[in-house]
Amino acid sequence: MLSIKNLHASIDGKEILRGIDLEVKAGEVHAIMGPNASGKTTLAQLLAGRALYAVTAGSVQYLGRDLLSMTPEQRACEGVFLAFQYPVEIPGISNALFLKTALNAIRKYHLLPELDAMDFLSLVRERMKRVGMDDAMLLRAVNEGFSGGEKKRNEILQLSVLQPKLAILDETDSGLDIDALKLIADGINDMRDHERAIILVTHYQRLLDYVVPDMVHVLSQGRIVKSGGADLAKNLEQHGYSWVNTDAIANQAIQNSQITQANQAP
Amino acid sequence: MHAQPQSWQNIALSLVPYELAGNSTPWVLATRKAAFKRFESHGFPTRREEEWKYTDVSLISKRGTLAPDNIPPEASSEAKLLAWTLPSEGMHLMVFVNGHFDSGLSNIDDLPAGVQISSLADMLDEGAELPKDLFKQQHEHTVFSALNNAFVTDGAVLNITPNTVVNKPIYILLIASGHGTAIYPRMIIMAGAGARATIIEHYMGTLDAHNFTNATTQINLGDGATIEHCKLTQEGPAAAHIAGIHVQQAEGSHFTSKSFVFGGRLVRNDITVSLNEPNCTCTLDGLYLLNDKQHVDHHTRIDHIAASCTSREYYRGVLDGESRGVFNGKVIVHHGANNTDANQTNHNLLLSRQAEIDTKPQLEIFADDVKCTHGATVGQLSDESLFYLRSRGLDEVVARSMLIYGFANDIIRGVNVPYLRTRLEHLLLDRLPQGEMVKELL
Amino acid sequence: MTTTKQLDELINREYQHGFYTQLEADTIPLGLNESTVRLISAKKNEPAFMLEWRLKAYQHWLTLSEPTWPNLHYPPIDYQHAYYYSAPKSEKTGPRDLSEIDPELLRTYEKLGIPLREQQVLAGVAVDAVFDSVSVATTFKQKLSTLGIIFCPFSEAVQKHPELVQQYLGSVVPYTDNFFASLNAAVFSDGSFCYIPPGVRCPMELSTYFRINAKNTGQFERTLIIADKDSYVSYLEGCTAPMRDENQLHAAVVELIALEGARIKYATVQNWYPGDKDGKGGIYNFVTKRGDCRGDRSHISWTQVETGSAITWKYPSVILRGNGSVGEFYSVALTNHHQQADTGTKMIHIGQDTKSTVLSKGISAGYGQNTYRGLIKVLSGAENARNYTQCDSLLLGSKCGAHTFPYIEVKNPSAKVEHEASTSRIGEDQLFYCTQRGIPPEDAVSMIVSGFCKAVFQELPMEFAVEAQKLLGVSLEGGTG
Repeated sequence: MLSIKNLHASIDGKEILRGIDLEVKAGEVHAIMGPNASGKTTLAQLLAGRALYAVTAGSVQYLGRDLLSMTPEQRACEGVFLAFQYPVEIPGISNALFLKTALNAIRKYHLLPELDAMDFLSLVRERMKRVGMDDAMLLRAVNEGFSGGEKKRNEILQLSVLQPKLAILDETDSGLDIDALKLIADGINDMRDHERAIILVTHYQRLLDYVVPDMVHVLSQGRIVKSGGADLAKNLEQHGYSWVNTDAIANQAIQNSQITQANQAP
Repeated sequence: MHAQPQSWQNIALSLVPYELAGNSTPWVLATRKAAFKRFESHGFPTRREEEWKYTDVSLISKRGTLAPDNIPPEASSEAKLLAWTLPSEGMHLMVFVNGHFDSGLSNIDDLPAGVQISSLADMLDEGAELPKDLFKQQHEHTVFSALNNAFVTDGAVLNITPNTVVNKPIYILLIASGHGTAIYPRMIIMAGAGARATIIEHYMGTLDAHNFTNATTQINLGDGATIEHCKLTQEGPAAAHIAGIHVQQAEGSHFTSKSFVFGGRLVRNDITVSLNEPNCTCTLDGLYLLNDKQHVDHHTRIDHIAASCTSREYYRGVLDGESRGVFNGKVIVHHGANNTDANQTNHNLLLSRQAEIDTKPQLEIFADDVKCTHGATVGQLSDESLFYLRSRGLDEVVARSMLIYGFANDIIRGVNVPYLRTRLEHLLLDRLPQGEMVKELL
Repeated sequence: MTTTKQLDELINREYQHGFYTQLEADTIPLGLNESTVRLISAKKNEPAFMLEWRLKAYQHWLTLSEPTWPNLHYPPIDYQHAYYYSAPKSEKTGPRDLSEIDPELLRTYEKLGIPLREQQVLAGVAVDAVFDSVSVATTFKQKLSTLGIIFCPFSEAVQKHPELVQQYLGSVVPYTDNFFASLNAAVFSDGSFCYIPPGVRCPMELSTYFRINAKNTGQFERTLIIADKDSYVSYLEGCTAPMRDENQLHAAVVELIALEGARIKYATVQNWYPGDKDGKGGIYNFVTKRGDCRGDRSHISWTQVETGSAITWKYPSVILRGNGSVGEFYSVALTNHHQQADTGTKMIHIGQDTKSTVLSKGISAGYGQNTYRGLIKVLSGAENARNYTQCDSLLLGSKCGAHTFPYIEVKNPSAKVEHEASTSRIGEDQLFYCTQRGIPPEDAVSMIVSGFCKAVFQELPMEFAVEAQKLLGVSLEGGTG
């Protein structure tokens, strides 16, 4: 579904991504882990089309098409969804209007009839129940005055309403208490199926206790320095990121072969 | 044409050419003449002009003379006392009496290497090139800066070479005494790249002084320089004081201005800052504490010319008696000054029925990538706070004084020079009913 | 900057109300002098007090010069090169009902989106439509008159209720008030008049549509609304003008008088022709609007959505004379292309316990220049006066400007005045968030802008709020939208 090759990207002339290679297939859940400033958020936002970053080398294929040449809204309509690390506030625009506009824009793109207010409301109410959101949140302005947990939940609500093909969740677990974390994890697990791919970008392992990934990649200084199965995350939890950093170069070769192996796995 | 009062015309233009400092130097004389012409062609501003809408300067034009004293006066015993109250240690001191440098009262001997402080009059008389560029600048800001340029008697020229750090504050005390005196000081401050210094201008008038002080201060900051400028206006109750502080900032420099006005019948400060190159910061703070028939006007203007500069402005006023406060803060973000961050606030406490405040925080923005906010409030002490203090056993007068103290001290506590901060706190407490009591409680 | 570029593309669009109705017009000779004033008065068959008042205004106008203080730039206006009176010919006979109105005229209204019939039936709005200065249709008059409400063209009020006109005309905006108000007093041709008797709550929204049609006609309408004790009225004013190359002058005066306990809500959606994208053409809109809270506990609120005109000069104000009176000003002003707006309000606190609220949202795009100019004045007798002002500007594009000139003058120590202002551009992060969810950029901009204005739209009656939102959208969008 997603094929990233030798991706280099910079912001204001400073190189952040220094050759990322990543293959994600439909049905897979990948976790991208790494210390702060390793390039995780850059990668997530770049895939969604944020114009802040300049791609200096490499390519990204999404469903066989060149992802980098698409505008953010095209990517969204083609099924790329980013759950933001810091969801943005839009004063004066209700959550309901925002989500309805987004959903209908995507439906229109696929030549589907737009949902009317009633159909939309019944859909969104049902989804809200699942992520444990109160009806009143629909009438509040998008993310305005939401607590950290409410914002994250709102991202998951959007995810479940828009039903993307590729969901990228940027630190969706940060700042949540355990109950909220479980709810969010349930929301993500709900979305798992053989047609959809999910990329979890996270600093900590704890989300991965609830959403077990097929693959874990460690990002450091703009490169994937280690890849492995769900166990890798556990190792990281025990040994910290310095464990992968010290033998990063030595691991480079191993890592490359692992990726190949992983991709060859059924 | 502007209607002109007669009195200022008594300045014989002939006085300009012959008797003031440096007039034997051709460029000095030419500058003075040109400046006087400019003043003469416009005359005193009237309230019909937007910049003078709330401030009537006819008080000045009605005075006897605008011509400065030519000869340095003998420092009065009172003036000497004032100078001696300053701590002799811990600062570089320059004293001016009625606009003339008094080397006897000053102490600028142990300057660090890389710092040069001189009397402007001496330099002009010598025809020194150093202050030429800044002296010649014809400030378009007000007609009063033209008047200053025409009649300037003396002042300080401070030159700090690159990367020099002046640890002790440079304290410039300007004493006014006597009747009908016109005083024209001029400060020229040049800070080289990476230089750091704190400069205090303290205008002090004796109780009986009827002076008109017209001061101009120019400050140029080189790349990465850091200058803090504090001004304390403590003129006598009958004095008129009109001043301009004009600042130019180069890349990455930091400028702070703090203006405190306690004294003077009519005070006007025009403070302008040009953020000419990227990554500068500038902070303008001010406090005016007024009583009786005092009229105090602050006009500030910050020009964001280059991108990525930050400006902060924070003014507070407490108005009692029949006083009138005017605040006009202009922030102009020029085309291309993207990534500007500007914030401005002006808070006022009105304590009397006869007092008046006119405030105008003004934004003019020609760039789109900016974050600018401003705010102004006029109000009185909060009943809730007052009640809280009274419920803790303070009587109402003390409680009120305490709240006013807190309101005003918000600005004072940002002063980095301990001597000045203490002095300001005292001045504040002296103004408050039961100030002594408040002091004990603090 | 992709964002800036996108925005610049988005904000190019053509004026949608640009059409010109072929109508036979009754026009007087070009230019302005004393005989023009006499001629207008004679054509209206006015009583002597009106002519006298107009002539005094004209004489006073001659002594004035155009104000130069606004933050506006335009070539000098030649006041002698304008027609000061233009009435559709068909008006002469006077339509008794809608079927008598020139069908061409009705189609014009339909293009503007105000089909009279539909509005009558569906919205229950009484429309007094002003077409090039003369009222041509007044509806719902019957129903209103049973309540004692007078709602008619100004010229009719002069004939039928001269005592009310004489008592209140110029009592809020005297003919000496300012250059444009003097000019209006001298030459105004028509407008709306409204009187609500004591204790009456007007059962429907009263509405006037103004539209400039004939070439080179300055429009000088005058509106006078009197809400007697404990009455209530909500009044809507909408303005559009066809597309023209020459700038047309519009100098209206609106006077509102609220007596004890009365409440007037006055809403405007102004969409005069703004000129093309190069700044050619467009209306010069110099308007004096002022309300007088004359009685205790009276309440006047102004709501305006200003998206049109090449130049807008307008400060709907409230004189808070009565004790406990309330003044409000809610404004959205949008300037695109080369439009300039210098607008704001004055709240003059005279009475005790008076309260005012100012909420201003300025949006600048293209080369637009948007200025908020406000005065909050608390006189020494205004015990416990309160004002809260919030004034936000949004910048779309790198060549526009947003300016704020708030004057605050306080002479009473019990007053509380608060002013807050902010200026920012549309957040790149907001745009990205919306587009990432699949919303096209132009819709995203429109959405963010209408969110920015929401607090003002809430003050508009429902049908106006919808129209205002649409207007804002088309004023920003490109040809694709």
